[in-house]
Order: sequence, then C-alpha cells, then structure tokens
Amino acid sequence: MTFNINLIAALQQMFQYQFMQHAFEAGTLVAIIAGIVGYFVVLRRSSFAAHALSHIGFAGAAGAVLFGISPVYGLLLFTTVGGSMMAALSPRAAHRDVHIGTVLAFMLGIGVLFISLYTGYATEAYSILFGEILGISNSDVLLTLVAALIILSIIAVVYRPLLFASLDEDVAEAKGMPTFLLGIIFMILVAVATSIAVQVVGVLLIFSLMVTPAAIAQQLAKRPHKVVVISVAIALMATWLGLFVAFYEPYPVSFFITSIVFVLYLLVRFVYRRIRPLKVSQAIIEVA
Amino acid sequence: MTITTSEITTTPVQSNVIKAENLVAGYEDNIVWRDASFTIDRGEFVAVIGPNGAGKTTLFRLLLGLQRPTSGTIKIFDSEPKRGNHEIGYVPQRHLIDSETNVESLELVHLAFCGHQWGFHLSAKAGRKAALVALEAVGAAELAHQSLNALSGGELQRIFLAEALVSHPSVLLLDEPLANLDIRRERDLLQLVNNVVRSHAVTALLIAHNINPLLPFLDKVIYIANGKVATGRPKEVMTSEVLSALYGVHIEVLHDSRGNIAIVGIEEHHGDE
Repeated sequence: MTFNINLIAALQQMFQYQFMQHAFEAGTLVAIIAGIVGYFVVLRRSSFAAHALSHIGFAGAAGAVLFGISPVYGLLLFTTVGGSMMAALSPRAAHRDVHIGTVLAFMLGIGVLFISLYTGYATEAYSILFGEILGISNSDVLLTLVAALIILSIIAVVYRPLLFASLDEDVAEAKGMPTFLLGIIFMILVAVATSIAVQVVGVLLIFSLMVTPAAIAQQLAKRPHKVVVISVAIALMATWLGLFVAFYEPYPVSFFITSIVFVLYLLVRFVYRRIRPLKVSQAIIEVA
Repeated sequence: MTITTSEITTTPVQSNVIKAENLVAGYEDNIVWRDASFTIDRGEFVAVIGPNGAGKTTLFRLLLGLQRPTSGTIKIFDSEPKRGNHEIGYVPQRHLIDSETNVESLELVHLAFCGHQWGFHLSAKAGRKAALVALEAVGAAELAHQSLNALSGGELQRIFLAEALVSHPSVLLLDEPLANLDIRRERDLLQLVNNVVRSHAVTALLIAHNINPLLPFLDKVIYIANGKVATGRPKEVMTSEVLSALYGVHIEVLHDSRGNIAIVGIEEHHGDE
C-alpha cells in the first residue's frame, strides 16, 4: 500500500477495508479501557499482577484454541478466576509478588501443555503472544464493546473509593470502606481489561498499553482525573498511529504501538524531567 | 440574619470519650496486654508510650473496630467500637510515600472527605473547599498543589493530619507521627496537634517512643509495657514505682533541670532525645 499524502483520502482508503475498521474499533475501545485501568495498576503498584494476569490468560487462550473456541473467552475465564484468587489470597499488595510468580509459572506451564496438544498451526499461539489486531472479527469487536462498557460502568461506581483505597489503604479500611472487596473488583477490572487488550498487543506486550501510558501520564499531571485523561490519550494515540503506520508498512502493529509508547516514555522520563525543575527554580526566583 | 463563623460541634457534651474496663487485647493464644482500665475525657491530649511491639497500635486497632477485645470492654462515646466511625480521625504509621506517587496533597485530603462515596460527582467544589480548609488548619495551604512525593517528612505528617481532620472528627488517633522528624519539626507538629486539641476540644491519642517532647502538652499517659498498662497523669505514671511495677524490674526515673525524664534500668531508653 502506498502512503497518500492527503490524510483524509488516506483514511478513506484505509477504512474501505473491513479488517481495518474492526482494528480501529477494537483498538479504540481497548486503548480507552487500558488507559483508565492502567492508572489504577500504576497507583496500586500492581504492574506485576497485570503482567502475570496476561500470561495466565495465555493458558486460557491456548486452552480455548485447543477446544476450538475463540481465544478471548479462554482469556476472560482464566484471568478473572486468576485475578480474584490473587486478590483473595493476599489482600495486601506488599507481599504479593512471590505468590503471583508461583501461580504464574504454573499457569504458563499449562499453556505450554495446551499448545503442544494443539495440532493446528503455530500462528494461533503467535497471535496470542504478540496480538493480532488485524484479524479481529465482527463478533470480537462486539465482545470488546460489551466488556468495555461493563468496565466503564463499574469504574463509574467505584472510582472514588478505589482511588482512595489505592492511595491510602489503612485509612480507607479504618473508615469502614470495603478494601478487600475493592481489591477483588480491581483485579477483575484488570483481568477483563487485559483479556481484551491481548487482542491488540498480545500477552507479551501488555505493558505497553496497560502500564506505560499511565506511568507516562503520572509524570505529567498530579490530579487523578487529569492523569486518566492523559493516559487514555497516550494509549489512543499510540494505537491509532500504530495502526496507521502498519497499514502502509509490512511490520506488525504491536511493534509500532510498543515503539511509540516507549519513545514517549523516554521523552517524558529524561527530557521532560529536565525541563520541569527549570520551571520550578524559575518560579522560586520570581517569588524571591 | 447573622452568620456564625464558628463551627458547631455535634458531639454531645460528655466527659468520658473512651472507657476501658479490664480490657485484654491480643489473640486467644497470644495476649498482647491485659487488665487495662482507664478513662479518657473529652479534649484530653494523651500519649501512648511503650517499647516496640508492646501493643500500642493494638490499642488503636481496638478503638477503630479493626480488632475485638479478647475480654473486657472498651467503649468509645458509650458504644462499642465499630469500623467506619466518623468521630475518629486516624493517622496510621506510615513509611515513605512511593517516589512514583505523583498525586497532589489536596487530592488526598479531598479523597479523605468524599472517598467513601460511590459513583461520580460532577462538581467537586464543596469537597475541595473542605480539603483546603483542613490544609489551612494545619498550616499547609501552600502545599495544597504540591505532589506528595515531593514533600518532606514533616510536611507529609501535616498533610496526613489534614487528611484526618477533614471529616471533623472528635477523636484523633495518631500512630507515631513523630518518627523521622527532627527536633524542630517534632515540636512544630506537637504544637499543631495541641492547638487542634485545645481549640476544638478534640481528644487526641498519640503514639510515641519518647515522652519528653510531649510533656509540655500532655494531660494523660497510657504506658504499655511487658503485657501491662499503666494510665494516669504524666507525673503519676512516669515514676520509678509505677514503671518498676510495670516492667517487673527495678527502674529509676530521673529528672533534669528542664523537666525532661530519663529512664534507667531498661534497654529501651524512652527518655532519650
């Protein structure tokens, strides 16, 4: 495909293809959800749990493929069960890593077993691991939409309590807030978000949408709702740009998405941080 | 029509805010301390003193309803403690704020005001105003838009105090707020707590290692050691007799010319500066 310098014409050309339409629809939904849920993942320092959940999902997806059903159902089943178990077994985040790692290794082992039992093509495993957004079907888009709406409505209800419990668990508990329940709700949110995000970037690259955009956004703003908006904007931008570039280049979409997010991360981490202290010192000089 | 600017306290006028009778704390097979009987009156500033692991925080957990007494009773405002008591403002013992937690102070205090509410509020004006008032009350208005990870230990403690005060509690539970503070910040924070206690008739319980900086402000001491609890005015509790009885070994309590106390005879030197 040759790149058309007229952007509108380029987009029209792109959307003539149904797979590109589906990719943009699912990608947009996933980016919004991952951007929002990702903020809570970063705030609760649960990025390892998110990482582990996607890998646990791998076993589920491999199992689903083995039984001839859509991988996303296997993902949803394994991640929600795994996520609830993680939250229930260790309510406090501090000592969770070893438990998570242990369960993670076991589940990956099961995934390997399923893959070896599956006699079809290895491309199925490949697309679970690295994402296959260009192969998303109409029903997958619909399922993504339903999952996204469910996540959004749950977040609309638990937003403030979850935010407070994530920031200050001890005080939230003393105030009589259901911190244990909130922990389980959070893990289920991560589980469902991970499951739909795997379609776009795959199990191995989940960080690029679930963690990095929120981590970048957190450097840029101090008020939670602003961070969430920036995080979503970054995830959307990376997904759209990734799809756009991949339409013209013969390389995987997930490669472009992860690269865009990583470049942004480097820019904010090393360039923005150097500019910011300048601003502060200038402000101090002005005050003085 | 006149507008009153003074706050109306909703707490009924009563003297006993906290009352413990033959209180035993801990778990079936592991009693932390026993036979505690004491009362704390409205508007008192109380220090909870004792060595590490003596069960000072356990007392707070009992008052917060996070733990049940093994036996005996503890009453707060004439009823059994239960979780989510809005009369209590709690500042737990905290370690450092994660350096990645880039959230402004005002947001934390704001969440302490409305974080228990489910669903969305389109306007956060009232909550942010209440948070700002609480920050002003602890002299931290200028820190409102600073990020938590950029604050010093003393500044953080003031934010945490505002977080506890934002819901207008009548009892404050402060767990080791002086840890990691230098002597000046320590005195500033105590002065601040004292102001809150005196101006709003708030009852404050403060866990500390060293009683000396607290002595000018205190009404009462709860001394927990060796599975036992001694309570009374500082002069009554911080004596050789009471502490010797508590620890079961001979202990000397020495006073210097400025009224500071030094405790001799136990390994933990609570009298040290």
